[in-house]
Amino acid sequence: MTTPVSTSQTEPQRNWKDYFTFNTDHKVIGIQYLVTSFIFYLIGGALAAAIRTELATPESDFVDPEVYNQLFTVHGTVMIFLWIVPAGAGLANYLIPLMIGAKDMAFPRLNAVAFWLIPVGGLLLMASFFIEAPQAGWTSYPPLSLTMGQVGEEIWILSVLILGTSSILGAINFLATIIKMRIPEMGWFDMPLFCWSMVATAIMVLLSTPVLAAALIMLSFDLLVGTSFFDPNGGGDPVVYQHMFWFYSHPAVYIMILPFFGVISDILPVHARKPIFGYRAIALSSLAISFLSLIVWAHHMFTTGTPAWLRIFFMATTMAVAIPTGIKVFGWCATIWGGKLRLNSAMLFGIGFVSSFVIGGLSGVMLASTPFDLHAHDTYFVVGHFHYVLFGGSVLGLFGAIYHWFPKMTGRYMNEFWGKVHFWLTLIGLNITFLPMHELGLEGMNRRIAIYDAEFQPLNVVATLGSYLLAVSTFPFMINVVWAIFKGQPASGNPWKALTLEWQTSSPPLIENFEEEPVLWCGPYDYGIDVPPEDQQSVQELLSEVKTDMGR
Amino acid sequence: MQGSTVNPSQEELQYAETATTEQEHEDHRMFGVVLFLVAESMIFFGLFSAYLIYYFVMPEWPPEGTPELELLLPGVNSLILISSSFVMHRGQTAIKNDDVSGLRFWFTLTAIMGAIFLGGQVYEYSTLEFGLTTNLFASCFYVLTGFHGMHVTLGLFLILFVLLRSRRDNHYSSESHFGVEASELYWHFVDVVWIILFGLVYLL
Repeated sequence: MTTPVSTSQTEPQRNWKDYFTFNTDHKVIGIQYLVTSFIFYLIGGALAAAIRTELATPESDFVDPEVYNQLFTVHGTVMIFLWIVPAGAGLANYLIPLMIGAKDMAFPRLNAVAFWLIPVGGLLLMASFFIEAPQAGWTSYPPLSLTMGQVGEEIWILSVLILGTSSILGAINFLATIIKMRIPEMGWFDMPLFCWSMVATAIMVLLSTPVLAAALIMLSFDLLVGTSFFDPNGGGDPVVYQHMFWFYSHPAVYIMILPFFGVISDILPVHARKPIFGYRAIALSSLAISFLSLIVWAHHMFTTGTPAWLRIFFMATTMAVAIPTGIKVFGWCATIWGGKLRLNSAMLFGIGFVSSFVIGGLSGVMLASTPFDLHAHDTYFVVGHFHYVLFGGSVLGLFGAIYHWFPKMTGRYMNEFWGKVHFWLTLIGLNITFLPMHELGLEGMNRRIAIYDAEFQPLNVVATLGSYLLAVSTFPFMINVVWAIFKGQPASGNPWKALTLEWQTSSPPLIENFEEEPVLWCGPYDYGIDVPPEDQQSVQELLSEVKTDMGR
Repeated sequence: MQGSTVNPSQEELQYAETATTEQEHEDHRMFGVVLFLVAESMIFFGLFSAYLIYYFVMPEWPPEGTPELELLLPGVNSLILISSSFVMHRGQTAIKNDDVSGLRFWFTLTAIMGAIFLGGQVYEYSTLEFGLTTNLFASCFYVLTGFHGMHVTLGLFLILFVLLRSRRDNHYSSESHFGVEASELYWHFVDVVWIILFGLVYLL
């Protein structure tokens, strides 16, 4: 779909067939990730539309309650494990080597293996619809998951294990690449902030995903062999599963948002023509988030009889996450403050990200408070909260990233008019869909139910209409992408006049990225400094000047 | 860490050479192995944590009626596995002096010791009076030791693979022996996991 258009260069060019092979070029793999995950986004979106259609009326008239269970289970699993996580990995694959001046990732073959596990896991999950789709929600809590259909549940477990493995292999690659393969002049604090956010993400993946694997292995034993790790009937303890599950799945929400924190930190300064505000604070707050994310998991379990002192501990740590996150939001606002804003599609999505994410962040702080959580637990308030974070945050950030780096990936601009149409439809659609859910939740509507009290219907109709608007909003985007690949206005190597290294090569980049060694002549966000000098000597002079300025 | 004992000047030399011959960039494979083992250790961390929660939460642990575990055979078995780590390290020392036959001798010995450990495990399984689904403790016992046993088996295959490759002329030398280092690090990891596992399941 996003095959780069061949230009009249003498260098060997990518052929569209390369994108269907076990190719080890990080740029091919990055695009494979992005296209594959986008296809799963469409599938997950179709499931979401079916869910909303069912919820347009209080009765279960569109699908059976059982089918409804399958719909939301697979919707959640697809959107998390097959859309946002791999799409973030795709961006990281494409951008990290370019941003640090490397030719490829540290382990190119491992990288290709990590990608090809995604379609395998994804198709396996889709295949479950033909047999018996899982019904226990994306959390698969036992004993529910042990009683609702063995085959579907085991398919779900296998699929998540495969996708988790892919994610771990990816994380190993990202860490090794960022730590070991930066060009020699690039110190830790000269890296683009996207690389910082991927370091934090990869650390979380590496430390938390294996614990989920352990939980799923134990769950498989309960399901298939008849052990009773999590089955209270045989003397097991279902709460142990919840601890292990959330030890992964809470960090997972940061795994899904941190790459896009990085994306925004890279988009805003470029289009505001200003240095990022508080580079070190934003960089280090990513690490702070990944550390905190490992000690907040039990806030998902306030209602499962956790002792009071434990609840207070987890409430405090959860609220503490707001501090590094707030630092970032403050930094972004200060970055665009007083800048010469270029309000193109990438920038609009960037600003839309910050504003929608803040809504989701604030409702997150509300939910962190134990008394409030006991009231709102398992209601639509929670659903509204995490959709603001994951859709208003991650998905808007991802679209921003695509508009921003599309010229780099293909050598063509996307159409600005249709980009803006896409943005406004998405922003309006997302608020119409997810804002009423907060009200519904506070009034007491439960999540994960097909049949609800008739008094909730008006707001549900609003949300359903909003979700149709969201469905419509993807069409301008898809048409824009296809049109731009063939007919888009050609873009130069550095169309946005950006300073990070990926813009120092041609668009699309050569097969081994850089024609000559890229030069780090200034910090990643030193906008407002003079235009890059032409000849090598003045580059060196400027480099040493920048280094003295930075006190080295 | 075994890998870091390489003399730094030697390491630079190795990088300089590989950079011009077979590889385009420095060799980061050992670093990748370390990261992989971090992820592996987190799986065991998850399993051990679950075990510890059961230990502290359940009113009686192990549940009533669980037969006592015999300590003599697993104890001897543990000693064999732990000593095999030291034996294996002699193999790496040998290859650092370009002594391929030394490498082969010590690695063969390690493989035999690993196989004895696995045989001992299987024998212990066959004599135990409880099965996988008898009770929660029995399930934990089999899943933990079985999952570890799988790792020992994989480690054993890695050693055999290194032995197979060492038959090729000049495949391993003092400057290039990634396979030796990686399989050794993996084996040490499996050993350390066993020490924790033994403490938790047999002694606690």
